[in-house]
Amino acid sequence: MAILDVQHIEKSFGSTKVLRDINFSLAEGQVLAIIGSSGSGKTTLLRCLNFLETPDKGTISVRDEVLFDAADPATQREGEIRRKRLHFGLVFQNFNLFPQYTALENVTLARELMAKGEKTGEDPAAIRAEGERLLAQMGLKDRMGNYPHQLSGGQQQRVAIARALAMRPDILCFDEPTSALDPELTGEVLRVIRGLADQHTTMIIVTHEMSFARDVADQVIFMDGGVVVEEGPPEAVFGNPQQERTKQFLEKYRGD
Amino acid sequence: MLLNVTLTLLDGLGTTVQIFLLTLLFALPLGLVIAFGSMSKVAPLRWVCNLLVWVVRGTPLMLQLIGFMYIPGILGHNIWGGGDVGRMTATVVAFSINYACYFSVIYRGGIQGVPLGQREAAQVLGMTKRQIFFKVTLLQMIKRIVPPMSNEIITLVKDTSLARIIAVYELTFTGYSYMKSSGLVWPLLYTGVFYLLFVGILTLLFNFIERKLSYFR
Repeated sequence: MAILDVQHIEKSFGSTKVLRDINFSLAEGQVLAIIGSSGSGKTTLLRCLNFLETPDKGTISVRDEVLFDAADPATQREGEIRRKRLHFGLVFQNFNLFPQYTALENVTLARELMAKGEKTGEDPAAIRAEGERLLAQMGLKDRMGNYPHQLSGGQQQRVAIARALAMRPDILCFDEPTSALDPELTGEVLRVIRGLADQHTTMIIVTHEMSFARDVADQVIFMDGGVVVEEGPPEAVFGNPQQERTKQFLEKYRGD
Repeated sequence: MLLNVTLTLLDGLGTTVQIFLLTLLFALPLGLVIAFGSMSKVAPLRWVCNLLVWVVRGTPLMLQLIGFMYIPGILGHNIWGGGDVGRMTATVVAFSINYACYFSVIYRGGIQGVPLGQREAAQVLGMTKRQIFFKVTLLQMIKRIVPPMSNEIITLVKDTSLARIIAVYELTFTGYSYMKSSGLVWPLLYTGVFYLLFVGILTLLFNFIERKLSYFR
């Protein structure tokens, strides 16, 4: 059964069509890699899934529940969008950690606020313990009390991954998670993501790391000019691309 | 003589401090309201706020003081009542609105200076607008606005001397009255020492706040 189903998503900024009729679905526990050159619409697609952009057309469903339907304003109410967002987690290219909080506080803040605001009855000590567990899982056991500016880019991004996981999303999205990192720091972040894949975390990864995408993904989408040009298992898309545009794109990454 | 003058000037300083504190009390929150108004999605609200800021920043504070003091009376209804209390009230109202407008521009810069990614990160974590403002944006904004706010607040200390134009007996007016009554200039010059000390204390306070907020970047 598909955990995520995206149908006919379209998005324009002014007169520029950024996404045209995007369709795909994703099975639980699978990893989807989205590749394509800059400006192909990959990031906009992720932002639509996280409700940071509102698609002009189309539907987004998680576990057969229609979260968003561009034709149905009832699915777009502010308060509900906030709740629906929690099906998705998002790790940003630039981390966007909260600078005034320690690594651990970054991870626990939203959950604590939710426990307080919505009276979920969740124990602050339990939230804290889970935050510590997540940071330890990210290899940051001795960095919990550090502020973001005291951490390297790779460490900051790992905190950001823990922060997203703390909300227990159904689907974790990554927007070029290593693009803002020095080359020697990308490995530690990719290792962590690979670890999550091994635990069958459902993930969508927008990336320029082709060999990583080939390794870790169960399904690959190649986007260009706002459309899905080619999709399939990594062996097919990388090993035997059918479309001319896919071939040209992969050519540039040959030897990567 | 020095002691006598000092005691009298201290009396004037009391009024100065009063104008200062009351203005901050009202202008700090009012500025935030105007800042949000000027960034509102509702166009008419934005226009009203921008018009207010333009008029207030575009005319002398002294003129605004005179306006607030006398226009209600000219229109036939002196809302301030008479005497010292009335003059003081008019002064605080004029100062509060004037400073709120300046503060609003600084606030707006502070709010817009917090990277959009901060708000987006909080949004995708399911925080409410309120939580995002108070738990994520506010402290980063405060850190950004401390230097320009300290400038503005120090200017306020000295701007209080304008209140003498509507006969509020603040520090400068107190010193000046020695010149009128007994031809003495030095008490007026001596008021400078009081302003210096006042601003010195504020400077220490602002340095302390900046240090307190230096734990993050």
